[in-house]
Amino acid sequence: MKSLKNHISLIIALFTVLASVQIYVAVDRTIAAYESHLKNDYSVIVVANKAFTPQEFKTMSSMIERSEPISTAQVLERLKGEMSEKNLALLKLTLPKFYRIYLNRFPTPHEINGLQKKLQKNSSIERVEGFSQTHDTVYKLMLLFKDVVQVFSIAIAAVTSLLILKEMRLWQFQHAERMNIMALFGAPVWLRSAVLFRLAIVDAMIATLILCFSFFIIDYYAILTLPLKEIGISVQLFNFINDALRSLAISLGISIVLTFTIVMFHREEE
Amino acid sequence: MDKVIVAENLSLSYKEFETIISKATFSIDAGSFVFITGASGSGKSTLLKSFYGAIEPRQGQLSVGGVKMNHIGTSKLNFLRRHIGIVFQDYKLIKEWTIEKNVMLPLIISGYTSDVSGAQVQKLLAHVKLTHQAGKYPPELSGGEQQRVAMARALAHNPILILADEPTGNLDEYSSSVIWSLLEGANTQLKTTVVVVTHHIPEGLKVPYKHYHIEFGNINEIS
Repeated sequence: MKSLKNHISLIIALFTVLASVQIYVAVDRTIAAYESHLKNDYSVIVVANKAFTPQEFKTMSSMIERSEPISTAQVLERLKGEMSEKNLALLKLTLPKFYRIYLNRFPTPHEINGLQKKLQKNSSIERVEGFSQTHDTVYKLMLLFKDVVQVFSIAIAAVTSLLILKEMRLWQFQHAERMNIMALFGAPVWLRSAVLFRLAIVDAMIATLILCFSFFIIDYYAILTLPLKEIGISVQLFNFINDALRSLAISLGISIVLTFTIVMFHREEE
Repeated sequence: MDKVIVAENLSLSYKEFETIISKATFSIDAGSFVFITGASGSGKSTLLKSFYGAIEPRQGQLSVGGVKMNHIGTSKLNFLRRHIGIVFQDYKLIKEWTIEKNVMLPLIISGYTSDVSGAQVQKLLAHVKLTHQAGKYPPELSGGEQQRVAMARALAHNPILILADEPTGNLDEYSSSVIWSLLEGANTQLKTTVVVVTHHIPEGLKVPYKHYHIEFGNINEIS
């Protein structure tokens, strides 16, 4: 209990770094899932003066997943009472072909422009509507959110790393006497600082366990996944193998590097 | 006779234009018992520090156990220290470790197995009459007992040289006599070279000894 108390600040700091990284990863996954959700709803409308097959559209851009013609029958039906049969038949002949094109991923605004240009190179295509304005707003909002979370995570990681460094300096003072005594009897650096490394490794493991437990609770009680499901996003916020291993590697990396730094800067008492 | 410590024109100082020991030339024979005395601030502890590499010679040559101390590297210094036992006035015991583990420290550093080091520690604790205190921690012991633990630790790895810095400075008369008899025993029975820095040479010592006195940075052989 006493030992846990001594290291609680390091554990909290490490947990904060891990949590900020995990939140960034979770946001990234959520945005990727949302992109996929948007992709299914998103399409480009093409107006052409001749009929195109789905295969012909596919050859125009690798982004195109599938295409379907938009039927004009409904429009012509509505005009039946207002126009003569002859004019209607003429209109039917001269009416362009409309196509809805679905993409294999949610495009960036730049990709939409590129796609529009590619399609318009074909002389039979009269007009391409990418709905870039609507699309642009949603996408930019999403990217802004992602960037804010990223900056926030980096800031937290930087501040907590400094806190960890300070905490480890306190450890150094606590352990300096023992390290000096061991040095007097010829202990090599690794043996003198073995306790520091052991403590750092144990704290890194505890911080990772707390992170896993926290995300298990969030997952188990569907605290975040349920509201996301309600807006059509199905996402795994914490992968218990990959994310746990990555978190362990990060916390071990930070604590070992910082301990190593402290050990290297330790000056033997004269 | 082999020399354990050889100093030629040895000068010691902490800062560049300061002199604590000036151009001292002396040698200490293997198996001898040596006292270094001097007033407070005369440089006797600094000289002892140079023997275990805590301070490097500013000028001249110094070798300890055949190892040249000028610009000594870390691994060489660690190697040398594994063959030296040091006793301090303030004991320098690790407070979070038991008495048994404190005594075992030089054996852990030298890489002895727990069987060998365990047996050696038991023998040493019996020698300093502290077997019953093995599981206790240093702050639970009196000053005299702590210094006996420090003595046991200094002897644990059969060092070629024991360096003692005011080993009885904080002790009462009885505890002091125990420490002196332990140092004498190490010298006579184990043939370990003993170098003691002290204000006063105790009376009634049974071992023959050499006496150096430091004054104004000079080391003078008294006897």
